[in-house]
Amino acid sequence: MMPLLSAIVFFPLIGVLLIILMAREGEEGDHLARQISLWTTVVVFGFSLYAWYLFDPTKHGFQLTENAEWLGGTIRYRMGVDGISLPFVILTAFLMPLCILASWESIEKRVKEYMIAFLILETLMIGVFTALDIVVFYLFFEGGLIPMFLIIGIWGGPRRVYASFKFFLYTLLGSVLMLIAIMAMYVTAGTTDIPALMAYHFPRDMQTWLFLAFLASFAVKLPMWPVHTWLPDAHVEAPTAGSVILAGILLKMGGYGFLRFSLPMFPDASVMFAPMMFTLSVVAIVYTSLVALAQEDIKKLIAYSSVAHMGFVTMGLFALNRQGVDGAVVQMISHGFISAALFLCVGVIYDRMHTREIKAYGGIVQRMPIYAAVFMVFTLGNVGLPGTTGFIGEFLSLVGVFQVNTWVAIFATTGIILSAGYALWLYGRVMFGALEKASLQKIPDMGLREVIVMAPLVAATLYFGVYPKPIFNLTGTAVEQTLAGIKSKLADTASAETPTHTAAVP
Amino acid sequence: MLYQFIVFFPLFGALIAGLLGRFMGKHGAEYLATFFLCVSAAFSIVAFYEVAMLHHATTVRLFSFLDSGDLQVDWSLRIDTLTAVMLVVVTGVSALVHVYSIGYMEHDEHRPRFFSYLSLFTFAMLALVTSDNFVQMFFGWEGVGLASYLLIGFWYTRPSANAAAIKAFIVNRVGDFGFALGLMAIFFVFRSLDFTTVFDAAAGKAGQTFNFAGYQIDILTTICLLLFMGAMGKSAQFLLHTWLPDAMEGPTPVSALIHAATMVTAGVFLVCRCSPLFEQAPIALAFVTIVGATTAFFAASVGLFQNDIKRVIAYSTCSQLGYMFVAAGVSAYQAAMFHLFTHAFFKALLFLGAGSVIHALNDEQDMRKMGGTYKIIPWTYILMLAGTFSLTGFPVFFSGFWSKDAIIESAFAAHSSVGTYGFVLLTVAAAMTSFYSWRLIFMTFHGKYRGRDLHDLDHVHDAPQIMLVPLVILALGAVIAGWPLLSNVFGNFITEDQSEFWHGAIAQLPAHNALEAREMVPAWVQLAPTAMMLVGFLIAWYFYMERPELPAQLAARRGPLYLFLYNKWYFDELYDAIFVRPAKWIGRQLWKIGDGKIIDGFGPDGVAAGVLDWTRQIVRLQSGYVYHYAFAMLVGVVVFATYFVMAGGIGK
Repeated sequence: MMPLLSAIVFFPLIGVLLIILMAREGEEGDHLARQISLWTTVVVFGFSLYAWYLFDPTKHGFQLTENAEWLGGTIRYRMGVDGISLPFVILTAFLMPLCILASWESIEKRVKEYMIAFLILETLMIGVFTALDIVVFYLFFEGGLIPMFLIIGIWGGPRRVYASFKFFLYTLLGSVLMLIAIMAMYVTAGTTDIPALMAYHFPRDMQTWLFLAFLASFAVKLPMWPVHTWLPDAHVEAPTAGSVILAGILLKMGGYGFLRFSLPMFPDASVMFAPMMFTLSVVAIVYTSLVALAQEDIKKLIAYSSVAHMGFVTMGLFALNRQGVDGAVVQMISHGFISAALFLCVGVIYDRMHTREIKAYGGIVQRMPIYAAVFMVFTLGNVGLPGTTGFIGEFLSLVGVFQVNTWVAIFATTGIILSAGYALWLYGRVMFGALEKASLQKIPDMGLREVIVMAPLVAATLYFGVYPKPIFNLTGTAVEQTLAGIKSKLADTASAETPTHTAAVP
Repeated sequence: MLYQFIVFFPLFGALIAGLLGRFMGKHGAEYLATFFLCVSAAFSIVAFYEVAMLHHATTVRLFSFLDSGDLQVDWSLRIDTLTAVMLVVVTGVSALVHVYSIGYMEHDEHRPRFFSYLSLFTFAMLALVTSDNFVQMFFGWEGVGLASYLLIGFWYTRPSANAAAIKAFIVNRVGDFGFALGLMAIFFVFRSLDFTTVFDAAAGKAGQTFNFAGYQIDILTTICLLLFMGAMGKSAQFLLHTWLPDAMEGPTPVSALIHAATMVTAGVFLVCRCSPLFEQAPIALAFVTIVGATTAFFAASVGLFQNDIKRVIAYSTCSQLGYMFVAAGVSAYQAAMFHLFTHAFFKALLFLGAGSVIHALNDEQDMRKMGGTYKIIPWTYILMLAGTFSLTGFPVFFSGFWSKDAIIESAFAAHSSVGTYGFVLLTVAAAMTSFYSWRLIFMTFHGKYRGRDLHDLDHVHDAPQIMLVPLVILALGAVIAGWPLLSNVFGNFITEDQSEFWHGAIAQLPAHNALEAREMVPAWVQLAPTAMMLVGFLIAWYFYMERPELPAQLAARRGPLYLFLYNKWYFDELYDAIFVRPAKWIGRQLWKIGDGKIIDGFGPDGVAAGVLDWTRQIVRLQSGYVYHYAFAMLVGVVVFATYFVMAGGIGK
């Protein structure tokens, strides 16, 4: 059988090769590079859909697996997907062509290098979600930051150096700790195989340290409060497509990491730290929503709202029940559509006016009715209106956490009031009012290319918002299985602590 | 398929008008949307006959919505008598408002968008009333909120319209905060969000407690209070009412449809729909009564001295919704629904009539600049008189008399302290209702014209037929919809046969018999509302017909009570001071101090300053910091690979 996952992961590198070989200097070469990247990413998306078709969601465990000799010893090249990772593979492959299209005209310098960076980024991101060996995972996970750095650092805004420096400091600490934790896990469990590690029950004390080490990495990535301050700066400086990938995929790696590693491998520690995670999630939701209210820069506002929405993810995950985890997964996918689209929306007007100041706009609905409609759909998604995917993620994670801790649910639910505040206020200030500013008088509506970029996102947000069954079908078994694994480990711990009690039963 | 057509035709109309409207010629979109709604309304009448008269209640499952472990929710249509009544009200008023708007919006260039929003609203409202579970209800609930937001802000170049639209959405979200928590609590307790499952199990949970926010409290009381918080937002009840008067920024047909006849009654519908839960939660019921009575009194008092014709009617709506909640609170859900039904006719009539006045007077809304117009717009005058008689409860001939008296009598017949509170406040509010209603009529139609320019009146003409026909139909309903003689046509809402009519759609404990007991109330209770109506009328007559110079003199004196009422009990100022401005201030402080000074100051920036000093001494990299990370990564990978190659070789 064809190694489909490897094909998905490494196909973008073929595009890179083609660009290096075929695209010459100058305008024509740039155009060819764009074409090659677009078609490469479209083919990868096709592959990912084929993987969805081949995937049997009713089966337990990983599918489409590959296993080959690599670094020697137990470190092998292992690939595979389950119902939790496959949606992210598809999401990544889905967003990439849109990113290439969104960068079609807005990137003018070093086009070839830009496209190469994006294609390499795609390889690394999909690798994160398909790796079944923790070392392979680590390489992809950390490696993905390099092209992202280059994208912000080279094609970014004026304060790009500060932004990437901040990013650097935050992630460095996390990676070092995670690396040490991975080594410790290998020493204890004797394997780097992810399914085997998921089945292995680490001693309780050790789990605590491992959990904290992984937390350092995932919390920065997600990002959780209070290690979120790199995100608004990174978003503001990143080019549009960079923000899309950052919000759409890179943040999800943190949530995916919690669900794949922290919860199933360190369940005792997860239960122990759940109150702390809840607190941080709730603070993230309330705090960053309030901060979003005060923003004057459109992109910063959306970046802060991203942090708030990611708060629902961690909250749902650590509820450790079906609704909570389902909610977290759907919230991540939904946020992949909605925040990606919101950043694209900012890009549309930024390309025209070259400013992200909210004050610079007002009344543009009169010139841009199509844009206004599209922006409205995603504003509503951001607000979590039922009928969009945003509602399903938020609602399920709230339902999940309510069963565990009502205070958390109450505080988190205030997020639905605050999100309506900042999102609609932003929309009103940008779109409505009289069209008075001279600079806006001739602003053109979205062109065909921009409509093509937005249409799939609008469709996905609304379709899965009304009929999320395909997502539930895909993820259901894997979520159930992960939770069952966690429960049985917790039961083991409980029975180990009270040996006399179980022994007394005749 | 009948029920699917009723619900989805308005959606088709909305989509086609919204997406293709600009390609459909001058009137294509509006005719199409109106046609779809009229068909939907016709089918609703058939549905009403089928369900309410022939008792063929049914549930139509459409497809799966949420599927998460034991949380299973479907999209489906629950058609029982409660739904059927709402179907007729919603599609009926909506169809009439569509027709009316063809005339009213004639000169607006955004007609396709307007009709698209109107139809979208209708669809969301239908999804709400046909829901078979709490999640779908929440979908409709928020959907109507969205449509309301879009329609209030329809004239988007006005900053005040935009502000009112946002205010409406956010205040509603405050209510939805409670609604959403209610849903979570229901699932936590019942492991289901389907009406049937939850309602069947409700009695079994009566009196049980659970841990909510650290307190061991009664399950059903908590759930009902949370749900009612949502109802308070949507139905603009006391404390969450501030958005409704501002919502008058929207075009007048919108006020008639959304902010009088349908959307704002969703809260009443919610309480009636959840009667199996509320019946088991006496504290929640008492709370509903108190809030309803307070609102009825409060809103009527504010309505006394407003000068904007639409705001008077808006406060009146707020007040009438309070009446409905009092009925629901004393377990006379049938009376609440009855008043909802008659109110939809006469209040939509009053709003559309006010629209005709505004239309005729070139968008003038200030009643101080009207007067003496009854000769010029006689049709509008007569139709609005019918609405006013009904609203004030003029005996025997007008529907409002029957439904309002039923509520006031039920409140008395509840024989509880909260019931008496409701009875007293509602009776006083009846006098105020009569006063502000007649004040409106006198200031608008009688006396001398007080407009800016005397030539204005030369252009004034009555509404075109396309606007008058819907008014006539509504007026007919406003008069006869409550007649006991015709209860076999309109439905036996509150007569002896009511349980046959409702057919289990409303639950009622045998002990909660205020509805039946109202037949036994003393004569003075029966006469009280009518007497109060006369008092209000006479005072209004004295001040605005006999001595029309008096009100202006009194207003000029600016007594404290006048200012208090004129400024709507200062709620807007209060909320601005304790919620809106602090939220923005806190947000700014958290951003500048929390994120900027504390987190960044001690975190990356502080570390950066240290690291920078350090790195400057060792290496001088010119090209920024991107490569630092790449370098660190590389070192990490090398160390890691080395370790594993060696460890792998040694270990195995």
